[in-house]
Amino acid sequence: MKKAGRLAIQLLLIAFCLFYLFPIYIVFVNSFKNRQELYENALAFPGTFSLRFYSEAMEKMRFARSFGNSLLVTTVSIALIIVLASMTAWMLARRDNRLSRFIFMTYVATMIIPFQTIMMPLFQVMGWIRDTLHIPMIDTHGGLIYMNLGFGSSMAVFLYHGFIKSVPVSLEEAATIDGCNRFQTFWKIVFPILKPTTVTIMILDVIWIWNDYLLPSLTLSNIDKKTIPLSTQTFFGVFTIEWNLAMAGLMLTIIPVIIFYIAAQKYIVKGVAAGAIKM
Amino acid sequence: MYRKGDNAWYALFVLPLSLVFVTVVVIPFFIGIGYSFVKWDGMKLNPMTYVGFDNYSRIFADSRFWTSALHTTIFTLASVLIINLLGLAYALIVTSRLRVRNAVRAVLFMPYMIGGLILGYIWQFIFSDMFKNLGQLTGWTRVFFNWLLDPDYALVAMIVVTTWQLAGYIMIIYINGIQSIPDDVVEAAKVDGANFWQTLFRVRLPLLMPAFTVCLFVTLSNCFKMFDVNVSLTGGGPNNATELMAMNIYSEIFLLSNYGYGQAKAIIFFIVIASITLIQVYQTKKREVEL
Repeated sequence: MKKAGRLAIQLLLIAFCLFYLFPIYIVFVNSFKNRQELYENALAFPGTFSLRFYSEAMEKMRFARSFGNSLLVTTVSIALIIVLASMTAWMLARRDNRLSRFIFMTYVATMIIPFQTIMMPLFQVMGWIRDTLHIPMIDTHGGLIYMNLGFGSSMAVFLYHGFIKSVPVSLEEAATIDGCNRFQTFWKIVFPILKPTTVTIMILDVIWIWNDYLLPSLTLSNIDKKTIPLSTQTFFGVFTIEWNLAMAGLMLTIIPVIIFYIAAQKYIVKGVAAGAIKM
Repeated sequence: MYRKGDNAWYALFVLPLSLVFVTVVVIPFFIGIGYSFVKWDGMKLNPMTYVGFDNYSRIFADSRFWTSALHTTIFTLASVLIINLLGLAYALIVTSRLRVRNAVRAVLFMPYMIGGLILGYIWQFIFSDMFKNLGQLTGWTRVFFNWLLDPDYALVAMIVVTTWQLAGYIMIIYINGIQSIPDDVVEAAKVDGANFWQTLFRVRLPLLMPAFTVCLFVTLSNCFKMFDVNVSLTGGGPNNATELMAMNIYSEIFLLSNYGYGQAKAIIFFIVIASITLIQVYQTKKREVEL
């Protein structure tokens, strides 16, 4: 009896999971249908699996291009966040004076500011840098990476700082006595120990930067520079939406995410949990 | 252990990031307060005029802003409640000894990986064309019609999509909380004759308060700031009925070109979010129990 009950619960759960994935199923089946098929029955399986809409969608959203852009912006932003935030957090934690505490508190306190409160003045500052210092901050990947670095720094410094506080200093002192300078001590001794936090930050920031929409939409207007979320928008014009084409486009954006999710699931679940708990 | 040249090392390690951080976050925040006291259309050639607190007093008479504030409140309260209940239920299922638990966890978390913008587009099709289609096929036109054309149902659609996105994420945090409850406490309760519901409400849930603090904070701030799903699912429509506060601020600044006035709204938005989340964290932290 108990065994049968368990089996029933498990079957029920599997059914629930299938129901949960139902939106993905809808995107999948409709990405193969022509307009008439789609409006006949949106739930039905497609008659033929032609990849026609996929190639059309790829061209329309410039998939390869925007995928490359997203990849570039995400990896460079995260690499910079990790390098600079870990260095900053280490110094702030190890030289515990009033200045360090003030800087650290500023990083932490600003986490509560919503993006909407900063976005307009931020672009005034970026415009000022462009006009007076002649550094192209607007409508460039460099500018977007710079802003991502600014927005990602608080959480990264906070997470690293918390972890470093729990690591004993003795190892670093030994390295210093052996003649390492600060730079060597950090990269050879400290940074490898920080690996769990580094993985957490990488995971959280991949999810954030890859999917980020508002900030890139404010800065990137050149069609060659758009990231994946921005190029997906091309299917959703003001008037009519070609749903079968849009479905193929959406499927194209989902597939890489799902592959990444399946490949790194263990780290993702752990990283997301660790990141949230420390907050 | 200070040595010569340490201040130079300090600067080398701390300054690069802090420079970026100050120009991207700190300076914009403070000059943003300044912008909220001027009237300006965002054009460099046009002058800014100082208007004092006019922008702030104008907000009181802005019915579109108050409507969006009301809808944001309804949306946030409903979403936070449903997401936390579902997230907790999922976590209890996934931490049971069932054999399918890992697969279930993987599936429930997956929507969070796909960005809000994409999720909104997917569900836009479901709530509009597919629902209409289903209504024609089944004849149940009272359930299956274009939800996004009805102001109330469109807001419900927003809540459904946000729940689908965040419940699995919240589940992960609750799972961590459940796993950190020591087994012997739960066993002791069982030995003392407590049934499943008694151990749940008297032992496990009180010990889950720290996870609850985090989950409430995460859901409150995420829902209150919701923008992406709003853009792609309803676009604020029909007739601005689902325009949430984040979108209202965005349109005021970038679409209507009221830079000063929109910034005043953005400052109010900050004050509201900061107060709500700080009060919530303070209140729930107070109720956390120590073992």
